[in-house]
Amino acid sequence: MSHDQRHGLARHISLPGPLPLDGGGSLSPVDIAYETYGTLAPDAGNAVLVCHALTMDQYVASDHPRTGKPGWWRKMVGPGCPIDTDRYFVICSNVIGSCMGSSGPASIDPASAKPYAMTFPVITIRDMVRAQAMLLDHLGIQRLKAVIGGSMGGMQALSWPATFPDRVEAAIVIASTARHTAQNIAFHEVGRQAVMADPRWQAGDYYGGEAPSAGLAVARMAAHITYLSEAGLTEKFGRRLQARADGAKGAKSFGFDADFQVESYLRHQGLSFVDRFDANSYLYITRAMDYFDLAEEHGGLLANAFRATGARFCLVSFDTDWLYPTSESRTIVHALNAAGARASFVELSSPYGHDAFLLDAPEMNRIVAGFMGGER
Amino acid sequence: MTLRPDLAIIADHVEPGSRVLDIGCGDGALMAALRDRRGVDARGLEIDAGNVAAAMARGLSVIQGDADTDLAGYPDDSFDYAILSQTLQTTPAPDLVLDNLLRIGRRAFVSFPNFAQWRVRLSLLWGGRMPVTRQLPERWYDTPNIHHLTIDDFREYLKHRGIVVEGSWFLSGDKRTADALANLLAQHAVFLLRRAGTNDRLSG
Repeated sequence: MSHDQRHGLARHISLPGPLPLDGGGSLSPVDIAYETYGTLAPDAGNAVLVCHALTMDQYVASDHPRTGKPGWWRKMVGPGCPIDTDRYFVICSNVIGSCMGSSGPASIDPASAKPYAMTFPVITIRDMVRAQAMLLDHLGIQRLKAVIGGSMGGMQALSWPATFPDRVEAAIVIASTARHTAQNIAFHEVGRQAVMADPRWQAGDYYGGEAPSAGLAVARMAAHITYLSEAGLTEKFGRRLQARADGAKGAKSFGFDADFQVESYLRHQGLSFVDRFDANSYLYITRAMDYFDLAEEHGGLLANAFRATGARFCLVSFDTDWLYPTSESRTIVHALNAAGARASFVELSSPYGHDAFLLDAPEMNRIVAGFMGGER
Repeated sequence: MTLRPDLAIIADHVEPGSRVLDIGCGDGALMAALRDRRGVDARGLEIDAGNVAAAMARGLSVIQGDADTDLAGYPDDSFDYAILSQTLQTTPAPDLVLDNLLRIGRRAFVSFPNFAQWRVRLSLLWGGRMPVTRQLPERWYDTPNIHHLTIDDFREYLKHRGIVVEGSWFLSGDKRTADALANLLAQHAVFLLRRAGTNDRLSG
């Protein structure tokens, strides 16, 4: 293990900033919670940044302190894994706007000594990336061997070489997109409105009181449907009914209890989510995703985003992912081709929809391992 | 590793250090050989996900896609060579694929099985059956080959379109066959092509 206090699990740094933001204004200080795995090479040339998705966090390969669950990408990151912590120095930081230790709406605003709540500035995916770059500066890492992420993590991985063309050698973008579509925004808006319709939300000023858990749970339930495929839901639940408390099996209640197994599953997803996530963070991060349009940031032409970088790209999509379908990855691939970038792309088959990237996918792991090994 | 004979010919005639797009690159065998032996910057396009994964595992830049729909995004002259090996006869619109090939690449290698080879002729003439040979192992209902062509067909097409032939190689098994009787004797043909009116020197 490294003796550098900046390295290791459960790290936290408060950087003075200011971090200029896309929406105008700036953030100061910039708190970043992160973990590192493996050993940084003397020339700092073996760093890999893992970017997390909407509701994930920095605990990519270690147990989550609140839920006790294993890291969210344990099959991808670790000793002997595709992102091999025996070879690479892996960094995963909580995005700004989130609620696991990095600056977000639940953080204390130094100006008022109270939680920011809705006075926290609206941030973008690029702001998240710039905050990560500040963390890398703090860690003394100029250049990343690779940046990798799925879903919103993929947006960051795509944004990295576009924002810092000389700081990334390779980008791995899984189950992601270069922009949010009207449908993506629509689903997020349903979630936000569910939070805001909860009377406990109190225009965001609920810290110290009761959190708008009911609204956030509904938001999570709606979003969770978009992470799964119809076929996956059918296989897992079909129209099967819950066993009832009185032991009766497979009977309809002719009421509004969770009769169907899929209802019970979604309720569980909603309830377990509110224990670990802040409702305002959910608003801010979904907003950042909705604002994401990499082409718009580069004169309306996606290829322009990739002209300045020499990075290699690896894109992976899943055939049952209807949240960020293969066509979105293909749009990115065509732009990379137009820019002359070195790009690889494959659509993998999976019954699990968008969530496939978080599950054990041996093919995805093999591809990432091959891509990581193919530095030439 | 030994390359398929038509690929070996291509590999021997690609200029070292050039930029190559291999369309229908399979598991990347040719790309890997070009990269390792000739320092070529090779990119690939391949329709089969398993092949793409295998090529990516070799550290190659390969995109899963279709020659019929995914070539349009590449800029003109973005490669020194565009390679289409054993794929032309499987595409719905081979003429459009050839157009794209010669647009994207300053030069193009095209290889295909010759459906006028004597074994194929005999099978149809005497057997009255669509040929199933070692080179064309699939039956009529499961073959990917939908646009059957012969060497003479291809030569006539090139002439008609004013496409310049810079080289041609004909194979029976792994042996070379003379040009004169190629249409009768050759199982495979390899052509090196360029657009008429373009500079015959590599500028990349």
